[in-house]
Amino acid sequence: MNERCSILLERGRRIGHTAAMLEVRNLSLSVSIQGNRVEAVSGVSLQLEPGRVLGLVGESGCGKSLTAQAILRLGEFQGVEKSSGDILLDGESLFEMSDEQLRRTRGGHVAMVFQEPMTALNPVFSIGSQIIEVIRLHLDLSKQQARQRAIDLLNDVGMQNTEQLLKQYPDSLSGGMRQRVLIAMAMAADPDYIIADEPTTALDVSVQKRIIALLLNLQKKRGLGLLLVTHDFGLVAEMCDDVAVMYAGQIVESGPVKEIFDHPSHPYTRALMGCRPEVSQSGGSLPVIGGQVPPPGRWPTGCHFAPRCALADASCAAPVATDAWHEGRHTARCVHGEAR
Amino acid sequence: MSSVLRATGLNKTFAAGGMFRAIGADKKAVVDLSFDLQAGQTLAIVGESGSGKSTVARMAMQLLAADSGEIFWGDEEVTHLSGSALRSRRRHIQMVFQDPFASLNPRMKIWESVAEGLKVHQPSLSRGQRRDAVAAVLNQCGLDEGGMDRYPHQFSGGQRQRIGIARALIVEPKVLVLDEPVSALDVSVQAQILNLLNDIQKDRGLSYLFISHDLSVVRHIADHVAVMFAGHVVEQGAVADVFGNCRHPYTDALLKARPIAHPDERSPVDTLAATDEGVAESGCPFRNRCTVAQSDCAGFDARLNAQGFACLHPLNITTDE
Ligand SMILES: Nc1ncnc2c1ncn2[C@@H]1O[C@H](COP(=O)(O)OP(=O)(O)O)[C@@H](O)[C@H]1O
Ligand SMILES: Nc1ncnc2c1ncn2[C@@H]1O[C@H](COP(=O)(O)OP(=O)(O)O)[C@@H](O)[C@H]1O
Ligand code: SF4
Ligand code: SF4
Ligand SMILES: [Mg+2]
Ligand SMILES: [Mg+2]
Repeated sequence: MNERCSILLERGRRIGHTAAMLEVRNLSLSVSIQGNRVEAVSGVSLQLEPGRVLGLVGESGCGKSLTAQAILRLGEFQGVEKSSGDILLDGESLFEMSDEQLRRTRGGHVAMVFQEPMTALNPVFSIGSQIIEVIRLHLDLSKQQARQRAIDLLNDVGMQNTEQLLKQYPDSLSGGMRQRVLIAMAMAADPDYIIADEPTTALDVSVQKRIIALLLNLQKKRGLGLLLVTHDFGLVAEMCDDVAVMYAGQIVESGPVKEIFDHPSHPYTRALMGCRPEVSQSGGSLPVIGGQVPPPGRWPTGCHFAPRCALADASCAAPVATDAWHEGRHTARCVHGEAR
Repeated sequence: MSSVLRATGLNKTFAAGGMFRAIGADKKAVVDLSFDLQAGQTLAIVGESGSGKSTVARMAMQLLAADSGEIFWGDEEVTHLSGSALRSRRRHIQMVFQDPFASLNPRMKIWESVAEGLKVHQPSLSRGQRRDAVAAVLNQCGLDEGGMDRYPHQFSGGQRQRIGIARALIVEPKVLVLDEPVSALDVSVQAQILNLLNDIQKDRGLSYLFISHDLSVVRHIADHVAVMFAGHVVEQGAVADVFGNCRHPYTDALLKARPIAHPDERSPVDTLAATDEGVAESGCPFRNRCTVAQSDCAGFDARLNAQGFACLHPLNITTDE
């Protein structure tokens, strides 16, 4: 059987067996800060579906990367522990998988693309040897077949002279080219989901635009589910179908992208959208969010956003439910959610 | 209005090195570049990475010698200053870098890093006077002076950038050269830093040479803009003119690459090609990527014309021209 057939077949098998859903259910994570365990992600729920793009958006330090890495149970290597909740792939808990199942899931069903393409590539190995290694880890292919697949993948991500490229080393490539190589590697085993953590943050705006186009193209063509982690609502506007806004460990607003942009219902969402230079008039001051995201261990007991919120009053001093305000699938963790 | 920092005909070529030595291709990083920064104004240099922006910044700072061309400080030509004359000039022109962490010594307390310039330019100040000056400039940059005995790692990215700005301001320069000062920051922090830079400029009448790859940021902060591609300025002018009626196809491409404000502005996904590279070696450097290139572009010596663009087939032609 030729290699393309076998990959298609394997993919068919996977898609055939269920409507594969990736679900983060009420997940709480703790980290160790100066010897104490403190909660860093608190009751986060997310649903990824094939063929859809979900944006997880918030400022630095809100817990986005911890959440994204938990989906592949990667944070455990840095002392991150799950305190409650679950992550389900096709209804099966990631926390009940054997090491072998988990290894197959990482990269096989769910692949990751990181912000800094240079640290994710090993500078001392050629591009070819790194892609081929990933392909052979997940697919039962001969060296020659894997090499051909590497070339196909690099073509798919818009690279030219791909035979030659296999022999090159990462530092001879520009940032945008490296990110393309990493996306090709993420596609190696034809995953169902891609988790992209700030995939364009380190790149020029024009390169950013092309990487966005590439990711969306692959996503549409292959019916991928994509989790896009970002601090930038511009990227959300470009790419996402659904949005979850994260602040200080919690999801504070979520819903379909158009509703979030047309009727942002949480004060934090409105503030984060408003400070982008492309939405403001030129000159004068940009709107800002005063203060900073409180680190884990320093969250207020009531609404986490209260110290920075212009609408805060006595009713915000008690914990606020995820859907304190809601309209259909659109929810906001705010007691004054309707105030616009 | 008067010119504070002016450069004419700057060129810089880096000798082939490393893996390119065998091919022997020298790198023309900056080609025949001129700019004129006016007092109290912001001139932005915008372009993708590798276009030569940082090389211009380093030449403007005289951290790097140009192969040819002149640099003027007001009316005085300063191209060949050295030694103490160069040091005393440095006081007037200070630099802020993209990565605030890399530019601060991790083993020095914040106040010591910020005070460094004072030691050079005002050596007679006592320790107490230096600490007072640091406290004042930290306050102006929106930082609590209580943190001045801490170390850089105890600060967030945005706070570190404020420290980097305070460090440049403490010697009371007239010009700041800012090399991608907000590119590594979250959008929310970016807004704070841009506001801070605006306030400081108003307050002190400073001039900024502001380097960025992001036209949205440039539109917000700059008065004038020079668009760079492959070492050449391909278009320059007042921000409102360049953004409102751009003439060069590369400027147009950059404008179209700006992030959108709302999902309704999405355009169909089509561009797949990895055209990150593709600088033409002869003729118009942009012609391999240009959507309106014609055969005569291969012989075009890309120089700015009197209207401020370097293109044979400019966009947005109006009938009265
Ligand atoms: N392994 C870890 N140990 C201790 N603290 C951590 C660890 N990983 C992240 N944190 C802290 O948890 C918070 C959230 O981090 P992160 O998920 O990286 O945020 P984001 O990706 O939204 O910027 C931050 O305050 C960060 O310093
Ligand atoms: N010290 C150097 N030696 C050799 N080449 C250099 C050196 N500095 C910059 N270059 C080259 O010059 C070009 C312009 O670089 P740079 O000014 O850093 O661009 P930008 O700041 O726009 O990204 C690039 O191709 C870069 O590789
Ligand atoms: S609950 Fe209160 S403090 Fe929190 S975001 Fe809503 S209004 Fe602001
Ligand atoms: S000179 Fe020709 S190739 Fe160059 S930008 Fe103009 S139209 Fe395009
Ligand atoms: Mg992160
Ligand atoms: Mg640079």
